[in-house]
Amino acid sequence: MSETQTTYNYKVVRQFAVMTVIWGIVGMLVGVIIAAELVWPEMFSAILPELAPYLSYGRLRPLHTNAVIFAFGGCALFATSYYCVQRTSHARIFCDKLAAFTFWGWQLVILLAAISLPLGITAGKEYAELEWPIDILITLVWVAYAVVFFGTIAKRTVSHIYVANWFFGSMILAVALLHLVNSAAIPVTFLKSYSAYAGVQDAMVQWWYGHNAVGFFLTAGFLGMMYYFVPKQAGRPVYSYRLSVVHFWALIFTYMWAGPHHLHYTALPDWTQSIGMIFSLILLAPSWGGMINGIMTLSGAWHKLRDDPVLKFLITSLSFYGMSTFEGPMMSVKTVNALSHYTDWTVGHVHSGALGWVAMVSIGSLYYLLPRLFGRQEMYSVKLMTVHFWIATIGVVLYIASTWISGVMQGLMWRAVNADGTLTYSFVESVKGSYPFWTIRFIGGVLFLSGMFIMAYNMFKTIAAGKSEDAPVLAAAAHHA
Amino acid sequence: MDINDFRSLITVLGLLCFLGIVGWAYSRGSKKGFDEAANLPFAEDDDSVPGQSSRPR
Repeated sequence: MSETQTTYNYKVVRQFAVMTVIWGIVGMLVGVIIAAELVWPEMFSAILPELAPYLSYGRLRPLHTNAVIFAFGGCALFATSYYCVQRTSHARIFCDKLAAFTFWGWQLVILLAAISLPLGITAGKEYAELEWPIDILITLVWVAYAVVFFGTIAKRTVSHIYVANWFFGSMILAVALLHLVNSAAIPVTFLKSYSAYAGVQDAMVQWWYGHNAVGFFLTAGFLGMMYYFVPKQAGRPVYSYRLSVVHFWALIFTYMWAGPHHLHYTALPDWTQSIGMIFSLILLAPSWGGMINGIMTLSGAWHKLRDDPVLKFLITSLSFYGMSTFEGPMMSVKTVNALSHYTDWTVGHVHSGALGWVAMVSIGSLYYLLPRLFGRQEMYSVKLMTVHFWIATIGVVLYIASTWISGVMQGLMWRAVNADGTLTYSFVESVKGSYPFWTIRFIGGVLFLSGMFIMAYNMFKTIAAGKSEDAPVLAAAAHHA
Repeated sequence: MDINDFRSLITVLGLLCFLGIVGWAYSRGSKKGFDEAANLPFAEDDDSVPGQSSRPR
């Protein structure tokens, strides 16, 4: 017993780390499939007519978003937060059994999503499609996550709580709040429920949730990752700890108000839309604070970028974070939104953040973690990591460039009017015009997915050559105890 | 007090609270603690990767 007391719990980190790669492949594969469906809509009716309804765009799209956000992103957050909180608290994780429950519980949630969504069982709320019994399971797992995480912080043997843990912790608290409020529903049957809110209130609650899922799940959590793994890999402390404190609280104070920008020019009151727009503009400052802090951590060690693929991933992810957090406030301006909303531009923006920032920072962190978790000096192949980096980067650039072009084109075609006030283009003309760009977008997605396959190969080779059975659990700082 | 006065008050208090945090973060007194916290990831030498050293400042 005393043996396990003096080691870190790496088992749960290993489990989540491996599943991050697996779910990354699954989620991105589904993304590539629906991107292909846009180019070849009759694809499944031709080759798998019996399964076509279950594999239609409308069924698979929520499966894609749930899989990449909550399965891939979620597992990455669990793995990195459990690793970071133990190592910076100098304490073994609080309650191993509960930590194991979060792993198996989260995998069950993902499995249930993968079954229920293609069957068309959905609550109909974007990024919160899962029906109420699954929502309750998510709540249980999330509460367990909070207990494990904050329990570990409570038993830390150092006086400070490292800034990365503030970001992880805020993510856990905010996501709990968002999930509970937005998923409030009246169950009608075991598999069907209706939202507790009605009309425009329901829309506002949904986008308060939706935008803060981006703000806390996909931003605060991954900034926590950045604040641990960038300094570690660069071998120097974070550029400015003061800046990290200030931009943390600035993010917390402003993100909660930005949701209405998803509802410009709708039934939502005008003043609410304006508040959403103003807070979205303010958000540029704390977002760039984080980006600058991360990138400047490398200042004086830029040469490391040349041959260290982990740093390549981490620093490129911060560049994409900076780009998409500039683009986001710009798109929240009502007049810009009038052009961009409901077009592929939004999709491009999301993927600049999701692939460029979230996926790349996770991949970089995992490449740092995997050798350490499996008792190796480095990954099986550093060369393949570099190949992965370039394939992924080219994939993201193709994806976002093509969706920008098609998005602006769609926006311009939809608003074009003739001298007599009639529409210049029919909707289907904009669809026809989008085909070439959807093909490029599909290719970009294929490239990014190929990178994940390379990563999986590299990971399994690393595991096979490593000592996964007698785990390299580092002795916890006994001198602190 | 009207509910809207209360709302305005909360907004102003929120701003003051944030400015207080900024003042605290940039005050001389918090420097030492921040330096200690910033070096927490480097407290133990877990870097077995060659050519990579942890250099706490």
